[in-house]
Amino acid sequence: MSLLTIRNLTVRFATSTGSFTAVDGIDVHVDAREVLAIVGESGSGKSVSMLAVMGLLPDTATVTADEMTFDGRDMLAMSASERRRLIGREITMIFQEPIASLNPSYTAGFQIEEVLRLNAGLSSREAKKRALELFQAVGIPEPERRLASYPHQMSGGQCQRVMIAMAIATNPRLLIADEPTTALDVTIQKQILDLLMTLQEEHGMALILITHDMGVVAETADRVVVQYKGKRMEEADVLSLFEAPKHPYTKALLSALPENAVDGKLPTVSDFLIEELPQ
Amino acid sequence: MTHVVEGQALTQDYVISAGMFGKPKLLRAVKGANFAVEQGKTLAIVGESGSGKSTLARIIALIDPATGGTLKIDGQPVAIGRGRVPRELRSKVQMVFQNPYGSLNPRQKIGDVLMEPLMLNTDMPASERHDRAEAMLKRVGLGPEHFNRYPHMFSGGQRQRIAIARAIMLNPRLLVLDEPVSALDLSVQAQVLNLLGELQEEFGLTYVFISHDLSVVRFLADEVMVMNKGDVVEQGSREALFADPQHPYTRQLFAATPVTDIEAIRARVARRQAMRLATSAP
Ligand SMILES: Nc1ncnc2c1ncn2[C@@H]1O[C@H](COP(=O)(O)OP(=O)(O)OP(=O)(O)O)[C@@H](O)[C@H]1O
Ligand SMILES: Nc1ncnc2c1ncn2[C@@H]1O[C@H](COP(=O)(O)OP(=O)(O)OP(=O)(O)O)[C@@H](O)[C@H]1O
Ligand SMILES: [Mg+2]
Ligand SMILES: [Mg+2]
Repeated sequence: MSLLTIRNLTVRFATSTGSFTAVDGIDVHVDAREVLAIVGESGSGKSVSMLAVMGLLPDTATVTADEMTFDGRDMLAMSASERRRLIGREITMIFQEPIASLNPSYTAGFQIEEVLRLNAGLSSREAKKRALELFQAVGIPEPERRLASYPHQMSGGQCQRVMIAMAIATNPRLLIADEPTTALDVTIQKQILDLLMTLQEEHGMALILITHDMGVVAETADRVVVQYKGKRMEEADVLSLFEAPKHPYTKALLSALPENAVDGKLPTVSDFLIEELPQ
Repeated sequence: MTHVVEGQALTQDYVISAGMFGKPKLLRAVKGANFAVEQGKTLAIVGESGSGKSTLARIIALIDPATGGTLKIDGQPVAIGRGRVPRELRSKVQMVFQNPYGSLNPRQKIGDVLMEPLMLNTDMPASERHDRAEAMLKRVGLGPEHFNRYPHMFSGGQRQRIAIARAIMLNPRLLVLDEPVSALDLSVQAQVLNLLGELQEEFGLTYVFISHDLSVVRFLADEVMVMNKGDVVEQGSREALFADPQHPYTRQLFAATPVTDIEAIRARVARRQAMRLATSAP
């Protein structure tokens, strides 16, 4: 059964040059125990559509949808307090820019313990203990010391892992991970993906994974949605997508791997499909 | 021949406190790095998260003074100490930070972000500054409609491109790039990497490029340096490193790189289906 269903989601921003449509009528659905990967061009509305689900867009955004339900509950008709119980507990998100999403004025430990107390209902003592376990789980070296560190005292990848630990702290039913491993080298990336897949398998968590890394898609996804200029271009199970990509943009994505360079130049999308794509 | 940038035994210490009751202690984040990069070449730095790559990058880009060792730009030792970096040196050396959001002023429109270096460092008339900034937006795949928008109005990958655009506005001699394409989808990544290649060819730009993506490193590096826990554990030409990685960590990196091989995907999908059946069985 579908855990999250979104139909015809549109997000418009008011800008100084008029209204701008960032997300143009997309559908998303994800089942419990399913890993959905969203790939697509930079600026194609991947983050904005998920921030719309989380209710975290600025006031300049207008969000409309024909349907937005989580586990049969209508998210569009929900009261603010109902929504607060859902977001941050049952649905959590790893944000794309980890350093910018941590509060610079508090230690990493304080921030994760707060999540554990407020959203997972733990006592201060339990929260301390659990925070340490979570830091260990995401592979933060010297976790005790890191709990007492401020974000600026940590490397990019360390901040990213703090964010991941915070997002999985409540054992969510749906985790939205926006480029969760961009700051991590492949060995740690593997550890994190293994961790997410274990949570996913053991707790039946659903995972929406936004990524530009086709290797990550190949190694984790069940189903893949390809987005381009605010629209959905293609949706397929992971095997079909790699075996027989249908849309020209998908083909372009798969062939822009740096190993496919010709004479020191990489193929770009425009080499592929200028005339083939709707403008 | 002199090198554009050269480091000798560079070290960096951070003062950290060991929790509530511990005495403050020092963390040596970079433990003696040696390197030299010729004009028009690219040195790539790879390594585990937390191994000191950004710390070293900030030293090379004259953002932070090193605790020890010598840094030379165009053969001249530089000691930035606590003082400000002289204007001439600043326009020569630019950096693209790992966290583009943090490095952009939230109240400054993107057009102004790009025009500011020209205003501070050249006598260019306003109309020309404007044209240059618009042209640069185009080269990184953005458009004139973005000129008057603020940083928060952009996607992660767009901000990353703005940071790159800002750093190359002044035609620097040395550009230090810290994970500059990590948030870009492959097609935009290709566009940015091609742009960096063109600039290198056109102006003989020298790059120090940090990336955790080995395929990117293979595409653009001349020399590669591998860091692990503050130490440089392996260093050499791209060819040598990719043909025959010596250090166990380097080998681990190669082994962990995800594969897009169809048979591997098929096997994984089958494994997951079997597992599903097993868990849903009564
Ligand atoms: N507050 C805002 N005001 C105006 N436009 C915005 C705002 N936030 C985002 N946008 C625009 O919406 C579009 C979609 O942005 P989004 O962040 O969803 O892209 P994305 O697919 O996540 O890209 P990336 O891969 O680069 O992160 C972009 O063109 C962006 O410039
Ligand atoms: N201001 C600081 N104070 C104390 N420790 C710091 C500070 N900045 C960085 N560190 C520590 O120094 C080490 C090296 O950090 P650095 O940011 O250079 O790593 P990195 O190789 O760039 O990692 P990543 O790939 O995750 O970005 C890390 O252990 C980090 O926690
Ligand atoms: Mg995004
Ligand atoms: Mg770093």
